Amino acid sequence: MLLQLKGVSLSFAGNTVLDAVDFGVERGRIQSLIGPNGAGKTSLFNVITGFYRPQLGEISLDGQPLIKRKPHTVTRLGIARTFQNVRLFHEMSVLENVMAGQHCRSRAGALAAVLRLPSQRAEERRIFETSLECLDFVGLTAYRDRLATNLAYGHQRRVEIARALATEPRLLLLDEPAAGLNSGEKQALIELIQRIRDARGVSVLLIEHDMSLVMNVSEHISVLDHGSLITEGTPQAVQNDPAVIEAYLGQDDEELAL
Amino acid sequence: MADSTPSTPPDEERRGNAVQRFYAAFESPPRRRALHLLLLAILVVTPWLASQYMTVILTNALLYVVLCLGLNVVVGYAGLLDLGYAAFFAVGAYTIGILTQQFGINFWAAIPFALAAAALAGVIIGGPTLRLRSDYLAIVTLGFGEIVRFSARNLEITGGASGLSHIPEPTLLGWYIDSAIDFYYVFAVLAVLAYIASQRLFDSRLGRAWRYVRHDEDAAEAMGINRVAVKLAAYITGAIFGALGGIFFAVNLGAISPESFSFQQSVLILLAVVLGGMGKIPGVILGAFIVVLGPELLRDFGTLRLLVFAVLLLLIMLFRPSGIWPEKRS
Amino acid sequence: MAWYDLFLQMIVDGLVLGAFYALVALGYTMVFGVIKLLNFAHGDLYMTGAFVGFGALSLVSGVFGAGWPGIFIAMLLSMLAVGCLGVVIERVAYHPMLTAPRLSILITALAVSLVLQNAALTLTGGQYTAFRTDLGFGGFSLGNLFLSWNQIVLVTTAAVLMIALELFVSKTLYGRAMRAVAIDKDMCRMLGINVSAVIAITFFIGSGLAAAAGTMAGAYYGSIWYFMGFLIGLKAFTAAVIGGIGSITGAMLGGLILGLLESFGTHIPFIGSEWKDVFTFTILILVLVLKPTGLLGKSEVERM
Repeated sequence: MLLQLKGVSLSFAGNTVLDAVDFGVERGRIQSLIGPNGAGKTSLFNVITGFYRPQLGEISLDGQPLIKRKPHTVTRLGIARTFQNVRLFHEMSVLENVMAGQHCRSRAGALAAVLRLPSQRAEERRIFETSLECLDFVGLTAYRDRLATNLAYGHQRRVEIARALATEPRLLLLDEPAAGLNSGEKQALIELIQRIRDARGVSVLLIEHDMSLVMNVSEHISVLDHGSLITEGTPQAVQNDPAVIEAYLGQDDEELAL
Repeated sequence: MADSTPSTPPDEERRGNAVQRFYAAFESPPRRRALHLLLLAILVVTPWLASQYMTVILTNALLYVVLCLGLNVVVGYAGLLDLGYAAFFAVGAYTIGILTQQFGINFWAAIPFALAAAALAGVIIGGPTLRLRSDYLAIVTLGFGEIVRFSARNLEITGGASGLSHIPEPTLLGWYIDSAIDFYYVFAVLAVLAYIASQRLFDSRLGRAWRYVRHDEDAAEAMGINRVAVKLAAYITGAIFGALGGIFFAVNLGAISPESFSFQQSVLILLAVVLGGMGKIPGVILGAFIVVLGPELLRDFGTLRLLVFAVLLLLIMLFRPSGIWPEKRS
Repeated sequence: MAWYDLFLQMIVDGLVLGAFYALVALGYTMVFGVIKLLNFAHGDLYMTGAFVGFGALSLVSGVFGAGWPGIFIAMLLSMLAVGCLGVVIERVAYHPMLTAPRLSILITALAVSLVLQNAALTLTGGQYTAFRTDLGFGGFSLGNLFLSWNQIVLVTTAAVLMIALELFVSKTLYGRAMRAVAIDKDMCRMLGINVSAVIAITFFIGSGLAAAAGTMAGAYYGSIWYFMGFLIGLKAFTAAVIGGIGSITGAMLGGLILGLLESFGTHIPFIGSEWKDVFTFTILILVLVLKPTGLLGKSEVERM
């Protein structure tokens, strides 16, 4: 197991958000986390990445404990994420956005920058090249000098993925990456997710509501409802699980279209 | 901002284009170098053309350039409101004054101590407080600035309310730095160094991290950026700039007193940064010159000129919060 | 004087000081509650209140005299005028900035503070103005403890104002709306609460209380100047933070605690009165760092 959660419980002011969740992501896998609205999917992401601190439970990446780690440490240890509502640095260029990911893989400080030490210049060049490569990987090299805010929404989502890849992660968490994309863009997203795993060896865990995308891209699906993991398995197995259908009853039509 | 674009009146657009053409004109490295050389030449010959009085005023403006570029790192780059910036200026000035005048330490040997003292002050105040919400941070920095000033006024080693006097002039290779023109050049060198350092910091890993944190702390943190460490770095960098200004301020005047480091001083530096445009180096330099030269033009107005500044700050915030220096668009 | 006499005297001094701090702290905390803004100009509204009260007293003293009756009338006029000034400031300067980045609105608040301060500087030439009244120095003794009538009137007035405020906030419709706005503005808008009006009333009351404190301070201490709001502004903010910013009871409590702390602090031998302000700022910084939610404040989840 690359990522392992054991008995993770989270509550806010007495409301249970996650209830003793046991969960794992195997190395080299593309896995999806689904569940009705309010099931606690994004909270689970926030717990994994250190934004929320669970009251109980253990989390580890490759055997290394993640609990009580700050988000920036979790990222440095190898988990990168995107946000449900794209959170780019709007007034900065696309390339500068991607360069943010390289911060945790570099170290030059203020003095090195002021003196332009050779090591600092070499590092800057490396940051530049790695970021450019990540941007190229998502196919947006042409937009590198645009302000992030001026990009089309679908492109912004890809920049956010490039930025996450620039942290050189072992595991990539995507929070509803297909939201707001048209069908062509969704197809391209499926290909991108597969290339991230195949070409870069990065495991992917995604939260998604678009079931056709989920069924298409994932090798393993975990279903969360009311803060508990109700089932997991292959797409076929999950699709036919009565507990899953039960959990989705009362949801809107789009989500019922399994 | 984005929603106001469609309604931009045509003449504003034309003016905007002129600005962009200006930027474009200096885009190429040779032209940029030529512009820099021209400004440097003006900086060098000015004291030979200006009166002694004007030279002193310009020296003060150059000091402000250093201070404003330092505060700009904190406020403009990292987005932290520091209302006690004069404290770092004071720490630099007092450390140099005490070490050279009371302990007889050589000026140049004392400089590292003064810078270290300012950096330490930055760590002491920034370390525990940079986690706080931004408005609390502003108040804490204000309180810190006042603590430093009150301490300077009450301690014996700082000379109490009357401050320190007879701070010895520094020598450089046997040459006494003492005339108005000498100090003009000292501050010109400092201002140029501050300019270069600001530019290099802006284009660095740390400079980008400051902007990431300013725009979106959570997203920055998700990218592996330690927001507290990065803010602390901004704080210490600003402290070093401020102390550097204070060190040479002390030897220039030969005397310092607590009132040189009041809240008003911090506000004036902040005004220059906001006026020119937070984060924009040329704008901040222009702001520093306006804040120093402006009162000279308004000399007849007496206390009214402070009111003029206050109203100016308010108007800038209400109508042009990005400062007077025009934006470069891409 | 036995030690307990000194002790009681310090408590009395602390209460008087604390009453001023509490009145000013209320404005900080109320404004912070509804628009989450640290109103840097609040201390200067106190200063403005002192000057307006001074002007009003010279107008009404012919009819009501310059004793407490005249001062009360002047105080009410000053509260009214400065309350309106507070509303204007909110409309002109803060309202347009509510959606702007936090840094911008903080600098705007600072700018408003500087405008008020320097306007007063220009008008008075930076001189102290004598706040002449007919208040005597009478009072009575309890053992070795001396209580002046002025102190009693002052603390009582402050208490009455605070009780009135507490009743207003807890019992009236506007008070309840104020608390609702502090919790969720968008929800209030949806429920048809006039959020702008609630914010305006909050500014009116907060500024009015500062003006009351300013007028009374002027009458009590006998002189006023343009910079008098700076320190008390900071200290009242400290008081508001000690009590828990956003909490009205907390602001009153914080004011009293700070007043007592300061009164005791100045009598600690190695602190002494010249270090009084350093002492206060150190408390401020310690509270902000160690317990930013204060005594009665609710902890808030700022991070996502």
